[in-house]
Amino acid sequence: MKQELVDRIKNDPDFHHLVSVRSKFAWTLTIVMLVIYFGFVLTIAFDPSILGTPLSAGAVTTVGIPVGVGVILSAFILTGVYVRRANGEFDELTRRIKNKAKGE
Amino acid sequence: MKALFLALFSVAAFAGEALSGAVEKQPLNMSAIIMFLIFVGATLGITYWAAKRTKTAKDFYTAGGGITGFQNGMAIAGDYMSAASFLGISALVYGKGYDGLIYSIGFLVGWPIILFMVAEQLRNLGKYTFADVASYRLQQTPIRTLAAFGSIVTVILYLIAQMVGAGKLIQLLFGLDYEIAVILVGVLMILYVTFGGMLATTWVQIIKAFLLLSGATFMAIAVMAHYNFNFESLFSTAVSMKDSSIMAPGKLVSDPISAISLGIALMFGTAGLPHILMRFFTVSDAKEARKSVFYATGFIGYFYILTFIIGFGAIVMVFQNPQYLDLAKQAVDGGYPILGGDNMAAIHLSHAVGGDFFLGFISAVAFATILAVVSGLTLAGASAISHDLYASVIKKGKTDGLMEMKVSKIATVILGLVAIYLGIAFEEQNIAFMVGLAFAIAASANFPILFLSMYWSKLTTRGALIGGSLGLLTAAVLVVLGPTVWVDFLKNAEPIFPYKYPALFSVSAAFIGIWFFSITDKSDNAAREKEGYEAQFIRSQTGIGAEGAVEH
Repeated sequence: MKQELVDRIKNDPDFHHLVSVRSKFAWTLTIVMLVIYFGFVLTIAFDPSILGTPLSAGAVTTVGIPVGVGVILSAFILTGVYVRRANGEFDELTRRIKNKAKGE
Repeated sequence: MKALFLALFSVAAFAGEALSGAVEKQPLNMSAIIMFLIFVGATLGITYWAAKRTKTAKDFYTAGGGITGFQNGMAIAGDYMSAASFLGISALVYGKGYDGLIYSIGFLVGWPIILFMVAEQLRNLGKYTFADVASYRLQQTPIRTLAAFGSIVTVILYLIAQMVGAGKLIQLLFGLDYEIAVILVGVLMILYVTFGGMLATTWVQIIKAFLLLSGATFMAIAVMAHYNFNFESLFSTAVSMKDSSIMAPGKLVSDPISAISLGIALMFGTAGLPHILMRFFTVSDAKEARKSVFYATGFIGYFYILTFIIGFGAIVMVFQNPQYLDLAKQAVDGGYPILGGDNMAAIHLSHAVGGDFFLGFISAVAFATILAVVSGLTLAGASAISHDLYASVIKKGKTDGLMEMKVSKIATVILGLVAIYLGIAFEEQNIAFMVGLAFAIAASANFPILFLSMYWSKLTTRGALIGGSLGLLTAAVLVVLGPTVWVDFLKNAEPIFPYKYPALFSVSAAFIGIWFFSITDKSDNAAREKEGYEAQFIRSQTGIGAEGAVEH
């Protein structure tokens, strides 16, 4: 990439906007995923009986079942949330930056 | 025997089950063999079709870059849904209940992180291998050599585990000799990869993923239909046959250090596996790369929920079922051992819900799964040899695509032969540590360099080289001194390093090493590399310049 192009994009407010908004969004979602997962395994490491509690008195199904399935679903939902915003808003910003970089 | 397969496959490396006993060869299973032959015939047809379309190096490494997000998501899921996951995790659920779910969740949660942090950046910066990205603004020779070494070691460790597992599994399912099974897998894999390249490898993986998901869905539905789709009644029947401990966390995760270390190995390891990273170069742009991860996460998550139901289905329909009881073993050990061990739980369940025909189908799919996974691994290893070592390090970029592709094909054949040889050599060995080691090295050497090259402007060649090597060595040494090798493999009484999963320590060593040796690097080279970050960052964020790099 030529230095002139680098400078032009570097000074493009849209580029700064894209980078700051996207990295904030990506880090937020990353932290949410880490908190969910490590919350789950550390609960098991420190007190496994919490997840072993029956859902209701006399039931066999434990709290751990919906929680475990919930962790799986959360991974899928978080990727969906990211892809939805990235394919719309972020790609639109990227397209504008590219067009400007081409000198249009 | 009980823990044998578990120990052989990837899941087991982390479950750390002991390997014991030998596999008994089963009688020839004709319906399975016929269905497997149909699969092989179809995939060789695809390879022939793909071979005609594989003309350039780009075709060979990345299937021409024209795979869609959905197809790639399916292929990535296929790489992940190995015979190990299918049989090993359903066996873990069958044996220990809830622990199987905890285990599978660890393998899933790395995917969102890959999406948020590396997927599109990888697509925007790279061409064929992840070393393209790692060495983007650093010195080619040292960084590519290290990255290629990391890739090849990861691939070979993984391949050995798959080959040994394949031999044992095929012996059990099809009644073929171990050596014949290993040679068959090796030869088919060489054919797919050398002739069909990434295009054939991807489609074999997609077809297998589809067959496996369909078969597993059918099994889960058949199980649930018995209980009117009521989970409470499925679980209560299972508990009445075993005991209530299967509904709660067991011994899989015991102390917080191990829990965190395992989590890090699975997350960062997944993001450092060369055969997974390579798949991001098969799609056209960042948008498709993102979609790939979205679909892959969905398929993998769905698959793990199915294996959980299948494991419980096996408890209620296979456990204590006289049809699947190993009477000889029961006479000695008591209890309710099943024929072929716990790893056959899903296979027996397929018979219980669908008879001989469906048993044949699931056995054939299990075989197909191994073939598809080893093909992807071999292609990734061959690419590291041809693209990183041959073209970039030895020839300094002064070679053409055709020559590079030729080297890649030769490398494939050699890797295939090495895999066959090692598969046979390790038949009787306890190789439970190998995939664990592969994940640890991927997490400790490959991932930190890749990640910091994308996000840290002050990274220098010296930092990446020393830190990455430090991570690699720490991971390898701690695995050797830990319980899986020092005690289980080398038969010492006490491990020198107490934890099974070294990732927490080795990944930290890598990051600290890279940081320290980068910030103290005052050379002119380092200054130039830091200057190069700006242009790289713009490309990684926007994809500007990426289109040009893809064309030849």
